[in-house]
Amino acid sequence: MTDKTTTQQHQAYERIHATDDFQELRRRYRGFAFPATVAFMVWYLLFVVSANWLPGFMKTPLVGNVNVAFMFGILQFASTFLIAWLYARHANSALDPIAGRLDDEYRQEVAQ
Amino acid sequence: MTGTVLAQGQQGNQTLTVTLFLAVVAVTLYITWWASRKNQTTADYYAAGRSFSGVQNGLAISGDYMSAASFLGISGLIALYGYDGFLYSIGFLVAWLVALLLVAELLRNSGRFTMADQLAYRMRQRPVRTAASTSTVVVSIFYLLAQMVGAGALVGLLLGVDSPVLKNGVIVLVGALMIIYVTIGGMRGTTWVQIVKAVLLMSGTLLVTVLVLMKFNFNISELLGAAANATGKGQAFLEPGLLYGAKGFLGQVDFVSLALALVLGTAGLPHILIRFYTVPTSKAARTSVLCAIGLIGSFYLMTIALGFGAAALLDTTSETSRIADSGGNLASPLLAEAVGGGEGSVGGAVLLALIAAVAFATILAVVAGLTLTSASSFAHDLYANVIKRGAVSEKQEVNAARIAAFCIGTVAIVLSIYAQRLNIAFLVALAFAVAASANLPALIYNLFWRRFTTTGATWSIYGGLLSAVGLVFFSPVVSGAENSLLPNADFAWFPLNNPGIISIPLGFFFGWLGAVLFPDRASRDKHNELEVRSLTGAGAEAAIQH
Repeated sequence: MTDKTTTQQHQAYERIHATDDFQELRRRYRGFAFPATVAFMVWYLLFVVSANWLPGFMKTPLVGNVNVAFMFGILQFASTFLIAWLYARHANSALDPIAGRLDDEYRQEVAQ
Repeated sequence: MTGTVLAQGQQGNQTLTVTLFLAVVAVTLYITWWASRKNQTTADYYAAGRSFSGVQNGLAISGDYMSAASFLGISGLIALYGYDGFLYSIGFLVAWLVALLLVAELLRNSGRFTMADQLAYRMRQRPVRTAASTSTVVVSIFYLLAQMVGAGALVGLLLGVDSPVLKNGVIVLVGALMIIYVTIGGMRGTTWVQIVKAVLLMSGTLLVTVLVLMKFNFNISELLGAAANATGKGQAFLEPGLLYGAKGFLGQVDFVSLALALVLGTAGLPHILIRFYTVPTSKAARTSVLCAIGLIGSFYLMTIALGFGAAALLDTTSETSRIADSGGNLASPLLAEAVGGGEGSVGGAVLLALIAAVAFATILAVVAGLTLTSASSFAHDLYANVIKRGAVSEKQEVNAARIAAFCIGTVAIVLSIYAQRLNIAFLVALAFAVAASANLPALIYNLFWRRFTTTGATWSIYGGLLSAVGLVFFSPVVSGAENSLLPNADFAWFPLNNPGIISIPLGFFFGWLGAVLFPDRASRDKHNELEVRSLTGAGAEAAIQH
């Protein structure tokens, strides 16, 4: 199994883990992923709860036969697309450069 | 279904449909043969040499995910229950954010072929692999049943025959094809089948959607109004409550339970997880999910038009309604026929046959993905690492996977023949509940919790799995109600159809409890390694070159 790492690999991982670069990468990743997860879960559950227990609000007509319930559903699609796009932007600009640098360091260290 | 004109129309239609079915079969078999020439190593067989691009994999993920339950089941539920059917698709889409934000990239960097690889990285191999493999096979079998039941119903409609012998024949045929794709084509063949299917499905759905919207001058409000009128349910058809609200408070809690399983299940579905291994980097895994979110989101938006369109244009309420009789599964194909010109017209026949072929391709692609997933887990986790403790050659391992695919396919065929009365979207919801309760807690803890241990991992998987399956067993799904699997028995004490609201917290609870009661130094020490590897890709499996 290649799942077992060599001592050299283990040391390289440990060293990288201790660097400021890595701590910053982890902070930036979690700083986006965790709040975003909480946000979309709350927003989705709000939708589920409204569908169940706020019938008066959900049936409010907006335009023609389009009511709040329908719009709320469409907004769930929109928010999903939006969060996905924001994460992609964040990952490209704030995560990938550090991750790439650390990956290179690891390769050099282990190749020696 | 009487009258000679109808019968003749149907005959022409049958020929056309069967021809298109055979075309789908021929194309997919060719792909399988072509892909098989490159299958040499385990990385080829399980992960297609990690050589697919992000966009290709995004298409394949969509092809793997948008099952017959999406295509036939959701539009059918909308056609019958209006707004409440639409609730399904929202959960199915939002769920992808869990995969995007928390799972896809980290998993790509830290695993090799199966879901268990990622756990085995810092845990004791044998117990976690056994557990993860068990839940992989259970989830995949639930999901497989849903797909194959859909295949039976579909062909019954297309040939205008309601013969159990024919339905069973179709199930056997689909099963045989999926066994061929998986044993010969491996992941590369399966992926291409899924890509072709995704393109067919998106094009077919777009075509019918445009034709439906044309009838309503591209005015959504007009479409909704027509659906509300035609069903005789009025505005209630456009509001929540017809499906879940009708059963009072319990129905509402059941709905919350379903919603949780849908949103948390996707990122724990083994057949989705292993797709992330088919790309060369974590960045490509991210692109795959972004692409999949775009495709799947657009598809579910279109199912709104299909579902409400079927409600507006077809008979969904009368005693003789074929849509109601099929639990909604026939709404999309019949709608295609109607917007193509109606029953008996050439356009109607062509569209019906076309959509049927798309649905057929859909089923084939998804069942292949599921069979490959179970076979991979069986061969890689159980056979190679648990039973043989890693002492197998790549060739032996791939052979074991092929034999496993054959056995799993056969079991699925036999089980499907007995599960034909259940709505397929509902069967899929059960698979999601197990994935959310058993797999997701272990994956999340493993990635983000330093003190997680081997015992925690096995307890969360077995705890979540047994809670979800056990609660369903004692629910009205299995006994005690008119539409239960065993309508004549009654041992149901759990009132909800969906176990998620209890079983998901239980999965997380057991994982926490196991880790706290049995601390384990080795898995804690490996967490730094896993963190670096999952976030930076350092030391991750690379693509192989041919």
